[in-house]
Amino acid sequence: MAQLSYRDAVAAAIAQEMRRDERVVLFGEDTAAAGGVFKTTVGLFEEFGPRRVKDTPISELAILGAAMGAAMTGLRPVAEIMFSDFLACCWDYVANEIAKTRYMSDGQISLPLVIRTANGAGSRFGAQHSQSVENWAMSVPGLKVVAPSSPADAKGLLAAAIRDPDPVVFFEHKSLLANKAEVPEGEHVEPLGKAKVLREGGDITVIALAAMVPRALKAAETLAADHGISATVIDVRSLVPLDAKTLLAESARTGRVFTVEENPRLCGWGAEIASVIQEEIFDALKGPIVRITTPHVPLPAADQLEDAVVPSVARIVAEVRRTLDSRRAA
Amino acid sequence: MSLTREAHPAHRSHEIPEATRLRLFQLQVEIRYCEKRAYDLFLQNLVKGTSHLALGQEAVAAGFAAAMNPDDYSFCTYRGHHHTLARGASMLSVLGELMGRQCGLMKGKGGSMHLTSVAHGVMGSYAIVGAHLPIAAGAAWSAQYRGTKQVACAFFGDGATNIGAFHEALNLAAVWKLPVIFCCENNLYMEYTPISAVTAVKNPAADRAASYGLERQVIDGNDADIVYSAARDALTKARSGGGPSLIECLTYRHSGHSRADPAKYRPKEELEEWLKRDPVTLYRARLLATGIAEAKLAQIESEVMAKLDRATEAAKASPTPSLESAMTDVWADGGHAWRN
Repeated sequence: MAQLSYRDAVAAAIAQEMRRDERVVLFGEDTAAAGGVFKTTVGLFEEFGPRRVKDTPISELAILGAAMGAAMTGLRPVAEIMFSDFLACCWDYVANEIAKTRYMSDGQISLPLVIRTANGAGSRFGAQHSQSVENWAMSVPGLKVVAPSSPADAKGLLAAAIRDPDPVVFFEHKSLLANKAEVPEGEHVEPLGKAKVLREGGDITVIALAAMVPRALKAAETLAADHGISATVIDVRSLVPLDAKTLLAESARTGRVFTVEENPRLCGWGAEIASVIQEEIFDALKGPIVRITTPHVPLPAADQLEDAVVPSVARIVAEVRRTLDSRRAA
Repeated sequence: MSLTREAHPAHRSHEIPEATRLRLFQLQVEIRYCEKRAYDLFLQNLVKGTSHLALGQEAVAAGFAAAMNPDDYSFCTYRGHHHTLARGASMLSVLGELMGRQCGLMKGKGGSMHLTSVAHGVMGSYAIVGAHLPIAAGAAWSAQYRGTKQVACAFFGDGATNIGAFHEALNLAAVWKLPVIFCCENNLYMEYTPISAVTAVKNPAADRAASYGLERQVIDGNDADIVYSAARDALTKARSGGGPSLIECLTYRHSGHSRADPAKYRPKEELEEWLKRDPVTLYRARLLATGIAEAKLAQIESEVMAKLDRATEAAKASPTPSLESAMTDVWADGGHAWRN
């Protein structure tokens, strides 16, 4: 095991796949010579050269269009959209073209491609460079949606996304990029569609994604140490395909379920998961499923304001306690 | 807009072998008859939804298809029946798709606006205006990367020249020197509005060429020989590493934008002038004038009509797709599961 940062793990995954498969190509704005504005592609241009690692103009339509045309004709492109907010600029490709073409063509066209994009708050960039938009992608049939929370998963899940025969939107969280942790050396691939139980507890089940995972884990420690509440914490990892089996089993075990979501409230990914849980294991629940989300506001820029709206460790602890207390009182 | 004198190159029919010219004629006849049949089937309520006929624009599709190699790529718009047929997809599979039958190219899952026949190099018909230009650039990049000498051709209307994807695709193609041809079928109207009323330049595609370091090309898109020659030159250039081309073909659609449009906004004189320049009629007359026998042309026409009649009956007799097929091919594993 080596200690790698999340951002270095992203580059390691791409390098691993480019070494084993000549069809893998990488491109985006500042992705090649500059190594990416988030330094997630450092060293790839030097190792694989300008034929396979390319800088594009600021042309999100051309980036995703080119990825699509290349994928349908035999390449395995990894296209970078610098900030996930910019997916709105090229949403036609994400939602209308890339997601639907296999279906509309009756399976004649395959699109094995990955859209990598930097997602999420924490950098104080304001409302157009800080959003968590994984729920946008989740709402479109035909897209796989993955968002790792750890360096090991950044490597393993990205490698799996590149090998996947279907289009994958891969959300790299900006506030996790500097996190360092152990990453398996050598070839590392984590299958898509498997949630990961990171902590087992008997009182509540907390379901989280990406940057909300370390916060949920910290909250679980506080709940155990200070309040005697024992929490299971699950990292969803992949919204599509969704590991509903694990989520249902872990929810049924405690009967008290919380989602921790960075996306804004309405139609956030937790709403779909809550819907699945209440439909299928209603009788196992001891109370309502509680969603802890960013409120339904654009993200503010100032650090105090941003911290006030994105779910924090303190807010997760408080929401869990409030919910359990109110149930006890009733 | 009348046909400009600047349209070039002058037709070089004498340089085109007779077999190719007969093919150009046959392709145009096939498209003409099949599009008319699609309209008839529409009136009989056998074609549902919408359709955008390419009546009047046959020469562009025939000229390009005759010049392309079988493994070259075509990217079409929702007005794409003509290109799909010209690349070799059968009339049965096209009409069947329009009618939502099992025999359709995509078994009813795409419809008139999304005709796709990968086996014939037709990599899709795209119904979001301009979306396929960057996709064609990507396919061209892939061909360049793989060293296959394939060329991607994107066909689009004049209206697409005012959307961002047109400009992003041309710039990327020029910067990366991609083997891609952007072919604008300027039929003078973006849907219901004259293109001249909404465009800052006179020739919506060609006048933008200089912005991307490309040669300005405006050709008579109703002359299959001219289209064929221009396509052949651009294909040769792309194959030899010379990069992209942008060709503006002046043409005219004989019917409205879509089946819902009677096209009453067009001046009578304009329509009459362009009907006189019907590409199929003109081409037939040219073949006769260059010594091809009337009987030969009549034979081609009757054979196409017989084939079309058989295709029509077969499409009518084809079953509708199984309802289960609505749930297939979301993913590469053939299924639609989003969860376990």
